[in-house]
Amino acid sequence: MSELLIEVRGLQKIYRVGKVDVPALRGVDLDVPAREFLAIIGPSGSGKSTLFHIIGGLTPATAGSVRIAGQDISSLSDAGRTELRKQKVGFVFQKFNLLPNLTAGDNIAIARHIAGRDQKPEPEFEEVLKLLGIAARLNHKPAALSGGEQQRVAIARAIVNHPAILLADEPTGNLDSENSCAVLDVLRDLNRRLGQTILMITHNPEAATFAHRTVYMRDGRIVA
Amino acid sequence: MTTRLVLANLKHKPMRSLLSMFLIAVPVTLILCLVGLSEGMLADSARRARGIGADIIIRPPKTSILSLSGSPIPEKLVAAIDQKPHVALAMGMMSFLVGGVSSVNGIDLPTFNKMSGGFRYLQGGPFRGPDDIIIDEYYAQQHNLHAGDTVTDILNRPWHVCGVAEGGKLARLAVPMPTLQDLTGNTGKVSQIFVKADKPADIPTVLAEMKEFLPGYNIYTMEEFTSLLTVENVGGLNTFIHVMVGIGVVIGFAVVLLSMYMAVLQRTREIGILKSLGASRWFILKIILAEAVVMGIGGTVVGIGLSFVARALILTLYPSSLTQAITPGWWPIAGVISLVGVLLGALYPGLSAANQDPIEALAYE
Repeated sequence: MSELLIEVRGLQKIYRVGKVDVPALRGVDLDVPAREFLAIIGPSGSGKSTLFHIIGGLTPATAGSVRIAGQDISSLSDAGRTELRKQKVGFVFQKFNLLPNLTAGDNIAIARHIAGRDQKPEPEFEEVLKLLGIAARLNHKPAALSGGEQQRVAIARAIVNHPAILLADEPTGNLDSENSCAVLDVLRDLNRRLGQTILMITHNPEAATFAHRTVYMRDGRIVA
Repeated sequence: MTTRLVLANLKHKPMRSLLSMFLIAVPVTLILCLVGLSEGMLADSARRARGIGADIIIRPPKTSILSLSGSPIPEKLVAAIDQKPHVALAMGMMSFLVGGVSSVNGIDLPTFNKMSGGFRYLQGGPFRGPDDIIIDEYYAQQHNLHAGDTVTDILNRPWHVCGVAEGGKLARLAVPMPTLQDLTGNTGKVSQIFVKADKPADIPTVLAEMKEFLPGYNIYTMEEFTSLLTVENVGGLNTFIHVMVGIGVVIGFAVVLLSMYMAVLQRTREIGILKSLGASRWFILKIILAEAVVMGIGGTVVGIGLSFVARALILTLYPSSLTQAITPGWWPIAGVISLVGVLLGALYPGLSAANQDPIEALAYE
């Protein structure tokens, strides 16, 4: 087994809604080795997205610890979490979340720019673009791309800075079965060929079969 | 890449961007027109004063550079000055304001001709009777008048246009001095006296002599007088310009505040995307401020262009009333004014965008 990339211990997150505390995570423990493709399944409100948001540095935890490649991110400041997102995490969202004003190529380039890597991506990235099947679509704006193409551009953007972790939140949720299959194939290929560690949230048990391992969440806990 | 993102954002909503630039341009145009009118009209006054051909100008005590209050100088002083040593010629002139910034001059035409070399007539010729009026080409153009026409809106009486002259000497309207004196109850009085020295070398001597002869009067060489015709020397004008500058900043601020606030609201999700990619608060703020700066620069350029349009309109519609100069020296100042306004206006939307929670921003529909 590879070394642990993600270590989550006793993770809790409580949201304050008005005057009411709403627990989203109630003590999550999770180990993810490097180069693993992990699927997380659970009903709505089970805490999957919250777990992603904390691991991805979008929000701080209320209690517990998260270590990524040995670094404890639970104590990071806002600026520290920004740096984490810039250097170590790539996100793929259900709604693709491409910047509509930029071309597909510029959507990828802006991620490089934000990470302070303004030079062109490494030559190997050309291979990745071919693998994703979007090399010929880079000059198009998102509105001119199909849902599947948009999601593949989003994947390219997420991995262009070689993040330690790719977090995919329902990546096939807005796609038909053919495009879903293509995107899942791409994720599996990235994991196999590049050793990319992937955590994928899904409602779809069939999608989860593309992963090495599946964990189940319910009521803010990992139940299996 | 940041530039591409900024330009792409502006191009994404072209109407909003253009409208914002146009609104930013309005105060820029206002400032440039106001300054241009001030400087243009003062320069025109100086040019016309120089056109008289005098070396020294004598104005009553307590008069401002631009205006004359009544005609308090006894006309007999003109003859006395005329007899002074080194004085080649003295000419009394009466000015009377006939509305807005226009005045009519009462002159003794033979003396005026001797001092200035005379009018160059484009139509008609000199006075033939007491009710004659000579108008300059700009007044004729603005009021569509020709030699032989009758004018009735000056001092509520009919005047016969005897000649249309080239501009650049005196005011735009000249009538026989006795007529104007009698009409305005200033018989035997003049508003100012122009003096020509025997030769240029005598000007300082004559000036000193006049100051001794007429203590309390405002006496200048023509060079001094025209150099005093600046914005700084006209009471209240500088303050007025400062007020307009302040209004310019406020309008630029308000326009960009509203425009960028709307833009930030519409782009909440995109801000969330940028944050998920690791964009810092400063990066987000920088994008918003850069968009505002581009709009500010665009607005300034449009404003400068509109000042040319305003000048062309003024030249066509009011050639005799208003003279607007183009003031390139004020372009960078107007640019800085609009940039200050837009940066202030973009600051609040920019900071609120920079401080947005990325999860809430990503969930924004």
